[in-house]
Amino acid sequence: MTDTDWPLWEVFVRSRRGLSHTHAGSLHAPDAELALRNARDLYTRRGEGVSIWVVPSAAITASSPDEKDPFFAPSADKPYRHPTFYEIPEGVKHL
Amino acid sequence: MTATVATTATLALGDDALVLSHRLGEWVGHAPVLEEEVALANIALDLLGQARFLLSMVGDEDELAYLREERAFTNLQLVEQPNGDFAHTIARQLYFSTYQHLLYGQLAAAGGVFAPLAGKAVHEVAYHRDHAEQWTLRLGDGTDVSHERMRRACTALWRFTGEMFQPVAGLDVDWAGLETAWLESVGDVLRRATLTLPEGPRSGAWSAGAGRQGLHTEPFGRMLAEMQHLHRSHPGASW
Repeated sequence: MTDTDWPLWEVFVRSRRGLSHTHAGSLHAPDAELALRNARDLYTRRGEGVSIWVVPSAAITASSPDEKDPFFAPSADKPYRHPTFYEIPEGVKHL
Repeated sequence: MTATVATTATLALGDDALVLSHRLGEWVGHAPVLEEEVALANIALDLLGQARFLLSMVGDEDELAYLREERAFTNLQLVEQPNGDFAHTIARQLYFSTYQHLLYGQLAAAGGVFAPLAGKAVHEVAYHRDHAEQWTLRLGDGTDVSHERMRRACTALWRFTGEMFQPVAGLDVDWAGLETAWLESVGDVLRRATLTLPEGPRSGAWSAGAGRQGLHTEPFGRMLAEMQHLHRSHPGASW
């Protein structure tokens, strides 16, 4: 295997209609069309998907692991944000 | 008599799929990038599935694949050609998958004994064809080097393409229509790839192609030796 200059792509697969696309992995491809086809070969071989998105990895802005505390810690002590105070009526099946 | 005719046709289709599958399998471990290796291996496995189904229609698949002599294989000479560089493999894929896609389309519509296989496989082959077209466009319309290699590959394999349209007994196919559609489709892809249809002969004295009659090119013997060696050394070996 030689190194190539092919960019990296992130692959999102929707497994069933009605569900959202979930991140499946990443791959190298020279352009978006071939990235889609490579994604089809790598991530939907066993009938996992009905739809694929590919996104250039460079286009993703990610939160930094170093900023984990200021980013996520404050939400831990705000229990009122979690819907645990509601009583669920009996007989409600789909919630 | 009908059984013999059906056997001839089944072996022709099955041998095409088996031999090309083996050639594509040779890329595993050697492809330019991992993603492309998986793509080629997937195509090889699709073809192997078709070959197994077809060979099992007329006998024991292992015996037919591993114990026949070279002269008993009736695949096209095109599919036994060595992989060469990546452009050669793509040119071979473009020529063959376009042919196979059109052929299976007709067989599926004709409703004969091959309709169930052709109807299912035509979807697989549509993807093989798309894969070859996408790469032809990128290599032909890529760099000077890739353009030249793709041009060379299309020209080198051109003389093997006439054989595809020799009628095969037992296949209910409009061969002239198949050839017209093939020329149109391949010509269109090559044009979009800034290439042109090669000009050399496709039939007659300076072309090639007696694979359907059991005559093969020199590289086929070596390929067959590698493919059959294990089974001949250890009959019935499995894991």
